[in-house]
Amino acid sequence: MTTVDQPREPALPSQRGPSRSHAAPRRTPLTWIRRGGLAAFLFLLPLLVVFGAFSWYPIVRTVIMSLQQTNFVQEPTWVGFQNFSFVWHDPLFPVAVRNTAYFALLALVFGYPIPLIAAVLMSEVRGRRGLYSVVAYLPVVIPPVVAVLLWKTFYDASANGVFNTFLGWVGLGPYPWLQSQHWAMPSLVLESTWANAGATMIIYLAALTTVNPELYEAASVDGARLLRKVWHITLPQIRGVLLVTLILQIIGTAQVFLEPYLFTSGGPANATLTVMLLIYDYAFGNSLGGDYGAATALSLMLAGFLAVFSLVYLRATRSWSTR
Amino acid sequence: MSDPRSGGLISEIEWRKPGIRWGLRSAQVLLLVGLVVIGIGPILWLAKSAITPTIDTISHPIAFFPHGTAWSNVRQAWSDVHVGRYFWNTIVTVSGSWAVQIVVATTGGFALSVLRPRYAPIIKGLLLVTLFIPAIVLLVPLYIEIVQLPIVHKSLIDSYWAVWLPAGASAFNVILVTRFFDSLPREIFEAAEIDGAGPLQLFWRIVLPMSKPILGVVSIFALLASWKDFLWPLLVLTNPNKQPLSVRLPSIESQTSLGVFLAAMFIACIIPIAGFLLFQRSFLRGTGLSGAIKG
Repeated sequence: MTTVDQPREPALPSQRGPSRSHAAPRRTPLTWIRRGGLAAFLFLLPLLVVFGAFSWYPIVRTVIMSLQQTNFVQEPTWVGFQNFSFVWHDPLFPVAVRNTAYFALLALVFGYPIPLIAAVLMSEVRGRRGLYSVVAYLPVVIPPVVAVLLWKTFYDASANGVFNTFLGWVGLGPYPWLQSQHWAMPSLVLESTWANAGATMIIYLAALTTVNPELYEAASVDGARLLRKVWHITLPQIRGVLLVTLILQIIGTAQVFLEPYLFTSGGPANATLTVMLLIYDYAFGNSLGGDYGAATALSLMLAGFLAVFSLVYLRATRSWSTR
Repeated sequence: MSDPRSGGLISEIEWRKPGIRWGLRSAQVLLLVGLVVIGIGPILWLAKSAITPTIDTISHPIAFFPHGTAWSNVRQAWSDVHVGRYFWNTIVTVSGSWAVQIVVATTGGFALSVLRPRYAPIIKGLLLVTLFIPAIVLLVPLYIEIVQLPIVHKSLIDSYWAVWLPAGASAFNVILVTRFFDSLPREIFEAAEIDGAGPLQLFWRIVLPMSKPILGVVSIFALLASWKDFLWPLLVLTNPNKQPLSVRLPSIESQTSLGVFLAAMFIACIIPIAGFLLFQRSFLRGTGLSGAIKG
């Protein structure tokens, strides 16, 4: 990643005093305040409080909770790896993993090549390129709840459903969509692609504008045809962005929740039960009190898998992504 | 020379060949038609159906007002189903989350980039770590924390602070702002220091006014993200009278007729769509930028 800190010039407040090596021997709280240490700390305070309480502490607490039995009545008790073994032996666990992998795979098949092709075509539009971008991006700003519930209406299984009406014009259907074990997951992915592809398209478009036009000119002089230029110049030049959007999309789809929750609640017959939905069910699905241990154990397993997967992915593609 | 307005993939010589020009043009027109039908079509259908009688939407979903309009859907949604109140709740959750995110990102970014205390690299490192932790890991412990806030032993359930405060913990915002502050010319800060400006004046009078572009980008993503949020407000705001519209929509679906429900959904889209059309440049530039940063 590109966020490595470079060694910097000395910080501003310390430049006030004489040169550092001579003036540094005695550090008292008073000199700390006078040199702006207190001001810096006060400016950092909102960040420290908010991240400490709502990011760093919960991350540590997940690990602790996954090794404990927690409810709101009694003190938590240590149970070792029981939560992990409970999740591992839950018959729903392999179902959820398989469904999540299926969702991620379908989302890649639908959602990865189409935005790329569209972005390459859009980058060659002379004139109203903005219009294309606006139209492509519009679904991204629709609240996901609205998108899912709207598409749920479209997927109405009766012959009068929106999609079934269209398909009826060409003599197809009516299809059961969400009510079929077989078609439920592709229906979810279709909506999710509609909702997200616009953002990917804009990212590709931004990357395409950074390709040096001289490369294309040189290739043209050498007599390269259009598709060869796309294959040998465009794609290699934006491969960094292509690789990153791929892994980010996999990380995002592995945590899919809203679509299965609102479309099907994991049904029919657990055909759309995803890992995230299983975590939700462990923690919040039971009105008698959640199994927070199992929920945190499963979320750590998912996060661990994603971390290992990302590392392997970055390793495997490193030689390809850098020159 | 290639046309500076195009990406440069197609040279002028190729552009002059009719086969390539018409092939590309027709591909682009097809793309635009496809984008309009797929991208805007569902939203236009929603707008149409929001003012169509329920019975027509059920029996002829594609027909264009076969028996006139039903503006009563919108009125019923706004008052009878209390969408007006939920809409106001959305405004409250969104603006609070935005304010917390802006305060945390600007003050934190200022300290990390301009004041640079000795321990700044440690904090930056911790921020980067959170960037790589998937959000799902936080869900359950964060919920437990909101139910039983440690140290003060209070529950934040049904308080808007339960939505506002965790929203501030966005490492992406802080990093974006810190990088922008890093790019500001340091000579200006030094000149201000010589003129006797303290850190507060430096922050308020110099750094913030110079950061309007980045604050716009951060604001847009903060507002959009909290407008789109569902699961977290669903968990921590259990009182229906406090829930934002997005959280209420699934229950509205079961409480009312299809026409009124679709009107409620359309109301939930109006502000994001209008905001996007007004500030489309910032949205699109910000999205491209986020791709570059993640890379």
